[in-house]
Amino acid sequence: MRVAEAWRVALDALRANRLRSVLTMLGVVIGVAAVVALVGIGTGTKGQIEQQVEGLGSNLLLVVPGRLEAGSAPAASTMTIDDVEAVARVVGDRDRVAATIASGETLRAGSRSAFASMQGVLENTPTVFVRKLDRGSYLTRTDVTTGRRVAVLGAGTATALFGDRDPIGRQITIGGVRFRVIGTFERLGQSLGVDRDSEVHVPVTAAQRLLGTDRIDGLAIRAPDRERINQLSTAVVDTLTERHPDSDFSAVTQEQILGVLGDILGVLTGVLAAIAGISLLVGGVGVSNIMLVSVRERTKEIGLRKAVGARPRDIGVQFLLEAVLLTTIGGVLGMALGVTAALLVDALSPVPAAITWWSLALAFGVSAIVGIIFGVVPAQRAGRLDPVVALRTE
Amino acid sequence: MTAAIVATGISRTYDLDGVSVPALRGVSLTIEPGDYLAIVGTSGSGKSTLMHLLGGLDRPTGGTLLIGGRDVAGLTPGEMAKLRNETIGFVFQSFHLLARTTARDNVALPLVYRGIGRRERRARATEMLDRVGLSHRVDHRPNQMSGGEQQRVAIARALVTDPSVLLADEPTGNLDSATGQSVLALLESLNAEGVAVVLVTHDREVAARAHRQIVMKDGVIVPDPSSAAVAQ
Repeated sequence: MRVAEAWRVALDALRANRLRSVLTMLGVVIGVAAVVALVGIGTGTKGQIEQQVEGLGSNLLLVVPGRLEAGSAPAASTMTIDDVEAVARVVGDRDRVAATIASGETLRAGSRSAFASMQGVLENTPTVFVRKLDRGSYLTRTDVTTGRRVAVLGAGTATALFGDRDPIGRQITIGGVRFRVIGTFERLGQSLGVDRDSEVHVPVTAAQRLLGTDRIDGLAIRAPDRERINQLSTAVVDTLTERHPDSDFSAVTQEQILGVLGDILGVLTGVLAAIAGISLLVGGVGVSNIMLVSVRERTKEIGLRKAVGARPRDIGVQFLLEAVLLTTIGGVLGMALGVTAALLVDALSPVPAAITWWSLALAFGVSAIVGIIFGVVPAQRAGRLDPVVALRTE
Repeated sequence: MTAAIVATGISRTYDLDGVSVPALRGVSLTIEPGDYLAIVGTSGSGKSTLMHLLGGLDRPTGGTLLIGGRDVAGLTPGEMAKLRNETIGFVFQSFHLLARTTARDNVALPLVYRGIGRRERRARATEMLDRVGLSHRVDHRPNQMSGGEQQRVAIARALVTDPSVLLADEPTGNLDSATGQSVLALLESLNAEGVAVVLVTHDREVAARAHRQIVMKDGVIVPDPSSAAVAQ
């Protein structure tokens, strides 16, 4: 009964000062909206990256020079094409081992130019990584063994150099050397704001000649099955270490990459949410402030209520409910605003966003807790008012 | 029947910035059921302090005060609130009605803190408004009523808990004399029904209507009410 009355009085008090209530809520609304939107964007980005890494195909093992440990510097590669052959023997299937040497190069076609990532690769790349062609054909075994100057363009690079024209059979230059376009890839889109379509694949041998090296940067292996992946990883690293006793090699699986990326994004999302949480805290201070004003304004009412039998607790609960009502209404409005903002970002920008139920529940819970924390002091002050003094107040 | 309120040598000293200011210095007083008592005195005489103590809004710094048979010295603020709710009805000079709240809900307010359900609260409040002659004003808000009507609502609110003592602090102070007379007549008719009425006033005409008068001066009761000290 008393609590029902307290709710009624609290609602009535908020309604009586509509503008003030709305302005006070605004702090909480903005704080909650920021938390919900930022967590949504963090979650969405994480989901997209996971999808893309998994989109590379399953059972993938990436082999790179150096140690993959926190704080270790990236190592220069000592691997050559001969190592690819050695690893292929370990794996038992040449088609499952892809090699890459990469470099950023300027591509030209007539008067147009584009900057792209040049990937010197083997002919098996589209099967090791899942890549689909849009037009033409991919590199052949002969292209790789003879170092033929042929190129397969990423969708973005193709558009940059040729616009709507068909690039197949046309000449381009990569780093000043002439290549012939034999195919184009399907569009991949962006990832974390990086354009994944600005690339060009050429035979690894041609790339090595262009760059004046016989090294390769890394290997990628598609394991025949999931169970063998760890065993294969050890065998490959051992083989490479045997061939290059002075160098370290590391093999990582998709799961490991996902784990690292997930950790980084988790921390990033947490930091963003914490910053947004600070604005929620500021909103809470505003609630505290306005509640103190409310207690002062209604001192006479408090005195009267006490005179007719309200206990300190009854008065305290009434003001606490008023504060909680302020922050939870603000919290609900903030959730609506945050969800809207996240959905707009998702729809109108390349940044993805996903709303999770736990983030909404958390936002609501936190706004209620903020109301309790910042309402306690004004409520206690109201509850402890001396009825004689309160009644005398004008 | 036991006395509603028994004060034995009560005093109240205020501490103002480290200086002790005695507002009441040893007052003994008994209020019996059905009493009609006027406490008279000028401003600063200690009559308001005495009323706050008798009403359980404050506690004496010395002496013994029993309200409804209970010694207030050992009570917590919460227990004091319960005691006020059950024993005392307050009527104030400035009515102290809640704005934006109907006459009925104003009258029902003390029942909220008694934990009584909404339906019964409203029924009893309506009945009480009828008793003070305001059955046509049940859904009106204070600003829609005259001063006399507002004071009647306040009296109804004081009565709704069926208290043994009605404490009225200058109940006619904000009313014109005709309205004041009718409010006093109402209090007297309630007294006739058995409620003890304690009037605090500086108006000797009003005080003269009570069955008993106490004159306060400098925090003590002046021995003889007919003495020159009353007149001033």
